[in-house]
Amino acid sequence: MKNLKYERIANNHKPKEKKSKNALMAFLSGGFLGLVAEFLINFYSNCFSLSRNTASTLMVVTFIFIASLLTALGVFDKLVNHFKCGLLIPITGFAHSMTSSAMDYKKEGLIYGIGMNIFKLSGSVILYGVVSAWFFGMIRYFIGGA
Amino acid sequence: MTFKYDNVYLKETATIAGPYEKKGPLKKYFDKTYKDLYFGEASFELAEIKLVKDALIMLLKKASLTKNDIDLVVGGDLLNQITATTYGSCNVGKSFIGIYGACSSSVLAMIVAANFIETKRIDNAITLVSSHNMSSEKQFRNPTEYGSLKPDSATFTATGAASCLLTSNKTDIKIECATLGKIIDMEQNNPNDMGKVMAPAAIETLKTHFTETGRTPKDYDLIVTGDLGRYGKEIVKDYMLNEYKINLEDNYNDCGVMLYDLALQKEVKAGGSGPACSALVAFSYIYSLLKEKKLKKVLIVATGALFSPTLIYQKENIYSIAHAISLEVV
Repeated sequence: MKNLKYERIANNHKPKEKKSKNALMAFLSGGFLGLVAEFLINFYSNCFSLSRNTASTLMVVTFIFIASLLTALGVFDKLVNHFKCGLLIPITGFAHSMTSSAMDYKKEGLIYGIGMNIFKLSGSVILYGVVSAWFFGMIRYFIGGA
Repeated sequence: MTFKYDNVYLKETATIAGPYEKKGPLKKYFDKTYKDLYFGEASFELAEIKLVKDALIMLLKKASLTKNDIDLVVGGDLLNQITATTYGSCNVGKSFIGIYGACSSSVLAMIVAANFIETKRIDNAITLVSSHNMSSEKQFRNPTEYGSLKPDSATFTATGAASCLLTSNKTDIKIECATLGKIIDMEQNNPNDMGKVMAPAAIETLKTHFTETGRTPKDYDLIVTGDLGRYGKEIVKDYMLNEYKINLEDNYNDCGVMLYDLALQKEVKAGGSGPACSALVAFSYIYSLLKEKKLKKVLIVATGALFSPTLIYQKENIYSIAHAISLEVV
């Protein structure tokens, strides 16, 4: 068979991805999540008289809880289908990746199952998150001072 | 490579399907369907083993045979070490062969069994294949609950198990001939576009089959490929016409397209895949049309992608293979 001819014919039948529509949806849903986060921070800091920093931590904990719960109920992956990466890039996506891994390997037990696999997807995020935090921290240190 | 058979017949089939297949257009042709993906088992792997057991029990019941009447069981699936097949078919038959042809296993199993029967080494054999959407998702892709976004070209692993009984005793449906395919490397590497990966194997096997038998598509009432999906199907039609001047327009379809209602079931994207995809369609819908003599001669070309997640991450190509078998009403 001829590779070039095959590529040409096959690419004629390639479905067009609606990239701009997906990006718009991710922009809107991610933005909406940010709006809710802001509302939550104000709510926590006003109602419980907390500092903005502590209130932000509470907001993150709330989002992690909701994302994990929705994952466990089997709803989160369906929401991602509609709202795209707007739900995957924030902390909700991180919580979702850990909960879904933990659920998948529940039957293999605590050690060989959950323990060994819970960071299956999020391991890269943690590793490169730490590395880049160090890197950018150093840049900030040398440019802006301590 | 094409073989002709003179004394191999299809006696009975059994199909067990999952919830997504139940929502599809072929629901009434399946012997048994399930409402969820666990079937009362504790994990998806155990659920797939249950599908295999169900398919065997159903087949033996329909054929009024016992476990010890079967000379040989040939089967395969997508799980590592083909465990769904081996665990599910324990204690059935006097001997067992496990095979792996990825999604082409359905027809590969039939060819292996047919060759044993044709050479009169055995009298009957069961072939079986299974796949489970969630257990393959877990093995080949992401955790099952993970909401990874897939392009429209991605296919959806069918949940189900299908088995058939081949025998040397004459029945209405004869295994007439078969073409064994070869491994094809077309420098494809996108696991989210299996139609494009496997279409070359289907094209190669179809071309070989038509050349070696001297037939044309008109000699068949229906030609189906295994699991190319809606885009892969168009590639096959286009390339066959363009390169070999073989027109598949009138009587060609793809099992991945037939298994689901693509307009309503958006979650399946381009269509079904998995070893059970071609077998579920062939052993339910196509088998019943053959039995009613609405179809006289059918060519089933099961397509498979040969790869592992490890080799994909190591930037290796995905290979493909296709095997064809011809069923004829006699």
